[in-house]
Amino acid sequence: MEQLASLAPYVLILPLCMFLILGLFGKKMCPKVSGILGTTVFGIVSVLCYYIAFKYFFSGDYQIGDTFQKVTLFNMEWLRMNQNLVISIGFLLDPLSAIMLIVISTVSLMVHIYSMGYMHGEGGFQRFYAILSLFSFAMLGLVVATNIFQMYIFWELVGVSSFLLISFYYFKHSAVRAAKKAFIVTRFADMFFLIGILILSYYTKTFDFGPLTQVTDGHVEIVNSTMSGVTLLGFPIISIAVFLIFLGGAGKSAMFPLHIWLPDAMEGPTPASALIHAATMVVAGVYLVARLFPIYSFEAPHVLEIIAYIGAFTSIFAAVIACAQTDIKRVLAFSTISQIAYMMVALGVSGYGGVDGLGYTASMWHLFTHAMFKALLFMAAGAIIHAVHSNEMDAMGNLRKKLPITHITFLIACLAIAGIPPFSGFFSKDEILVAAFETNKWVFAVEYFVAGLTAFYMFRLYYRIFWFGEPENGYEHEPHEAPLNMTFPLMFLAAVTVITGISWAFGKFSFTEFISSDYSSYEIHTHWNIALPSIGAGLVGILIATFLYLEKTGRPNKAVSYIKKPYIWAYNKFYIDEIYLYVTNNIIFQRICQPIAWFDRHIIDGFMNLLSWVTNKTSEETKEVQSGYVQQYAWVFIMGVITIVLLSINL
Amino acid sequence: MNIPVESYFILSTLLFFIGVYGFVARKNLISILMSVELILNAANINFVVANRFIFPEQLEGHIYSLFVIAIAAAETAVAISIIINVYRQKKNIDAKSINELKY
Repeated sequence: MEQLASLAPYVLILPLCMFLILGLFGKKMCPKVSGILGTTVFGIVSVLCYYIAFKYFFSGDYQIGDTFQKVTLFNMEWLRMNQNLVISIGFLLDPLSAIMLIVISTVSLMVHIYSMGYMHGEGGFQRFYAILSLFSFAMLGLVVATNIFQMYIFWELVGVSSFLLISFYYFKHSAVRAAKKAFIVTRFADMFFLIGILILSYYTKTFDFGPLTQVTDGHVEIVNSTMSGVTLLGFPIISIAVFLIFLGGAGKSAMFPLHIWLPDAMEGPTPASALIHAATMVVAGVYLVARLFPIYSFEAPHVLEIIAYIGAFTSIFAAVIACAQTDIKRVLAFSTISQIAYMMVALGVSGYGGVDGLGYTASMWHLFTHAMFKALLFMAAGAIIHAVHSNEMDAMGNLRKKLPITHITFLIACLAIAGIPPFSGFFSKDEILVAAFETNKWVFAVEYFVAGLTAFYMFRLYYRIFWFGEPENGYEHEPHEAPLNMTFPLMFLAAVTVITGISWAFGKFSFTEFISSDYSSYEIHTHWNIALPSIGAGLVGILIATFLYLEKTGRPNKAVSYIKKPYIWAYNKFYIDEIYLYVTNNIIFQRICQPIAWFDRHIIDGFMNLLSWVTNKTSEETKEVQSGYVQQYAWVFIMGVITIVLLSINL
Repeated sequence: MNIPVESYFILSTLLFFIGVYGFVARKNLISILMSVELILNAANINFVVANRFIFPEQLEGHIYSLFVIAIAAAETAVAISIIINVYRQKKNIDAKSINELKY
């Protein structure tokens, strides 16, 4: 305990120091040195994270029976506003944060290594590493937050670093636009998050996760005792508070209709997309809901149901769009949205405690496996883009011999995300489907369909890149395999995907031992009645993709001609961006903002201008008094004296 | 010969207002200076007359008027030098031309 407590601060301090060092002195270093420095220091941070997580799970010191305990490794007061309002910065260790530490440190370390190859020779190499360090610091601080306000602070920090990384190529107009869009959309959602936090803490008088997630007799005592019975506009205030908090999470996790920033965020460098917009930051919303899960589960079950429906809709919506995109990073972006929605669904259908909490476990498990294989997919996409110098599918094709390592690892990740055993994605997706099946059949049906759709669009992507035939205009130059520092992370993450899947399959390793809604382990079994049909759905998706895209034929065009309208809709992302533009430009700007701006310019500014105009004119008119002529002054003086004398005589 | 005290005061008052008029109305700086002398002399007459009629056995009024004459001489010297400098700058000594300190 003391040992971990002495190590824990370094997990946050080291990346922060790296950010300062690389940010301030990066220009003075040669790029290679800064890259190696950043990677080495983050390697140390990763080792610390692994050590802390390993100790937590396996030493037995932190378990009572088979229940994991919440441990606060340190917690220092950071801001004291008054007696009740105290904001602390600390390090909370529980199964949830331990798993997240592993996910973040692994993916971030792989991205650090990968970027040495991918960003080689780019301008601003040191800046890239500096912002990566900032992001890692912020994300680690977010997951180990001891209180909801610390989480909010780091939440904004990851938002900023995401903004900085999307606009990394700041000379590109589209990148700047995408960064602004991402920042504004997530910030808009964060406003609701903040309001939710304030409502919640106004009643409970605490930010601390300890009391906020303390369950006694089927209630979160502190919330139930202070907030039950209070209503606002006919809704229970607790539901409003946690729904607003969920909206913050929905912004970061790109839930419909706040998903519009994520596809555009692909303007950033590919390693940043892999880290931030696939594996870690975008799952912050899922993490947030999981963190406050007892409140959702006991005090606001209806909100949890809404989350399940929003998740189900988002997952199918994004999956349909992903089927029609031609930019490989955008396919992956929509796939990410769909998969995060899957995790949200799992939380939404979950109960609390034991087997009821299967959805919770499945959600975190899927978060873990998805982070690994989606980071792998993005990095592989980066290697492919590196080889053909384009994001478009049309510039690719037939790359399997030319990029053998990328091909194999990409295939593993595709099989994992498509839910084919024994890869890791199968198990987590299967558990989500089981949880959905037991709670809500509609949601289950949607997710079952999405599972098939996922397999289809991932294999469409796979075949278009690695089979299908060479592009019509030829490659820009002969594609070649990426260097080792780019392929090593691919192989490592592929190995993680395979090994976790296989060890689960052989029963060596059960995620339910580590993470569950009430932190006690429980037994689950593979439900073959659901697993087999879901494998079937995946296989059907793969077969259709094989039929259409294995070789260059007229089939894809023919298939599209049957569903021309829906295809065009999906290709244009169902015009959600256009709707947003219409609403913001035509309604908000023209109908609301312009009258307000007119009022400001003409009434408010006009009044001020009038005041200054009056002052100005008056002084213009009276300045003649100061003529500079001595005789005039003397005249005024004499007249004044005479007047006073006459007056005093009268008195 | 017995001149009443009022006559002295009428004289000094006339002298004073002639001086004031000259100060305000004349254009030439030298004339203005002369007007200032007139004002001072009006004051001197008052000093002497007051001394003569109120405290005949004392001399303060006479001494003060001597002071005023001496200081007026010094003041005139300074003023003349300023006027000469003005003339060097402006090539005239018109009071209207010195208005650098306006707004």
